[in-house]
Amino acid sequence: MSGTTLIPRGRPPGKLSPARMGLYAFLAICALFFLTPLYVMLVTSLKAMPEIRQGYILAWPSAPSLAAWGKAWFSACTGLSCNGIRVGFVNSLRIMVPSVIVSITVGAITGYALSFWRPRGAVVLFGVLIAVAFIPYQVFIYPLVRIFSHLGLNNSVPGIVLIHTIFGLPTMTLIFRNHFAALPEELFKAARVDGAGFWRIFGAIMLPMALPIIVVAVILQVTGIWNDFIFGLVFAGRANLPMTVQLNNIVNSTQGEREYNVEMAATLLTATVPLVVYFVSGRWFVRGIAAGAVKG
Amino acid sequence: MRIGSRLAAHIALAPALLIALVAYCGAMSWTIWISFTNSRMLPSSVFVGLRQYSSLVANERWQVSVTNIAIFGLLFISLALMLGFLLAALIDQRVRGENLLRSVFLYPFSMSFIVTGLAWRWLLDPTFGIEKVMRDLGLAGFHFDWIVRPERAIYTLVAAAVWHAAGLVMAIMLAGLRGVDPELWKATRVDGIPTWRVYLFIIVPLLRGSFATAIILLATSVARLYDLSVAMTNGGPGIASEVPAKFVMDHLFDRGNVGLATAAATTMLITVVAVIAPLLYWQQSRPGARRTA
Repeated sequence: MSGTTLIPRGRPPGKLSPARMGLYAFLAICALFFLTPLYVMLVTSLKAMPEIRQGYILAWPSAPSLAAWGKAWFSACTGLSCNGIRVGFVNSLRIMVPSVIVSITVGAITGYALSFWRPRGAVVLFGVLIAVAFIPYQVFIYPLVRIFSHLGLNNSVPGIVLIHTIFGLPTMTLIFRNHFAALPEELFKAARVDGAGFWRIFGAIMLPMALPIIVVAVILQVTGIWNDFIFGLVFAGRANLPMTVQLNNIVNSTQGEREYNVEMAATLLTATVPLVVYFVSGRWFVRGIAAGAVKG
Repeated sequence: MRIGSRLAAHIALAPALLIALVAYCGAMSWTIWISFTNSRMLPSSVFVGLRQYSSLVANERWQVSVTNIAIFGLLFISLALMLGFLLAALIDQRVRGENLLRSVFLYPFSMSFIVTGLAWRWLLDPTFGIEKVMRDLGLAGFHFDWIVRPERAIYTLVAAAVWHAAGLVMAIMLAGLRGVDPELWKATRVDGIPTWRVYLFIIVPLLRGSFATAIILLATSVARLYDLSVAMTNGGPGIASEVPAKFVMDHLFDRGNVGLATAAATTMLITVVAVIAPLLYWQQSRPGARRTA
């Protein structure tokens, strides 16, 4: 199946029968279930604490205010420092941008080399990469911490970028390899006959043809790296903690009375980048899921 | 092949090869080796056989973690599959607003587990959350304090995770449904087979590749379950919602018991291989599947 047809294929509808009304009612209830957490976060972040303490979690705020958003961004506290979640935002950007570039570059080159050139051992290498996509990170983390601290990479941006490259490699290689493997072999052979070498074929022919898959890779990596918690926690170091880690610290290490409005504003701020990527990219996001889903 | 290009291909694979050798195979072997030593704060090289594994099996927190991940894994995978497939099948009935519905069902998947966990923790807050809403609606005796009840906390993690991942299943299933031959629908209509039977006995078996893909993705996220537990309950109340990945992380970095942690990690590895390998084989051996290698 080409996957290009997006016309629904279920049984065609009749008139608005009771069954169809039931169908719409059920879908509407499901939509409410999916939207409620986002709605509750939003209204909580717009309320003042006295109103939250009254406990009407679903109610629209009586006097919507962005005060909690301001506080979350500029002055929310983690431990003793009260510089807001913007610190984490900046750190996440500093980690994400190089990680996305490096991991996609390495993945694209590896996928290209594995698809057309098939050097000796390619199958074994590819098998190892695929296997790692399923193995829990806990199996690798401790030795990597030791190796990184030996190399002086622990608690640094280059260190966490390398970690994202290491663990992004399976998926990135897979989607690029699958993309290149689907291109006609004649293209490659013709370029060879014309005398083009490894890098020239990559730069002049393959890369321009890989634009759609590069978009998919960027979507996957931007959301994946932004949403990462465990690697940021272990490898980034105190000075570079990404937004997810800082968010968890803000919420889970509060001393004294908890400010739910600030917490929810900080949570929404952390979710903003992936949500924007999701709503802007639309069907591309789904393509990313399908491409990264090791479907062989 | 020209020597130059051949060499270039090997150079291009050098980073991946280095990563595979050092970061994957090397690190994994080291972890497995440490699990057979008496390492505490720092790795030691005193071989103690399976001693770490016997103390692991006897460890109450590990027992709770294993029970929890079994409950979580079974419930999460089956509920996410059912809800995801149901949503896909319903959306496939030529409904209006399909794009909007798809966006609404899938958006949670774009957010992190930390965000998901914090959102649900607030929603299920026993003082201000759903419980209060229901009581205000007149259900005075309504109780929903599962997030703070030791024997129920793990189910709240399931709810949050299903919310997070059901849209993913929907997207995979919808792609599968759109690949079903329209002739098949005509044929079943001519034969007058009820729709639910068509779905159960014809469509579901047809989509087993999509199911395998979804199960593999969900199972992988079960094994990695860590952030959600940290954000939502932090393993609590007490140790009631601890999970294996968190057990490993806590013993590596907070409790300074590297030997026990690596034994737990190795146990996770063996379990994952035992569960995922047959699934991958099933997925790859389905008719018409493209081969990976």
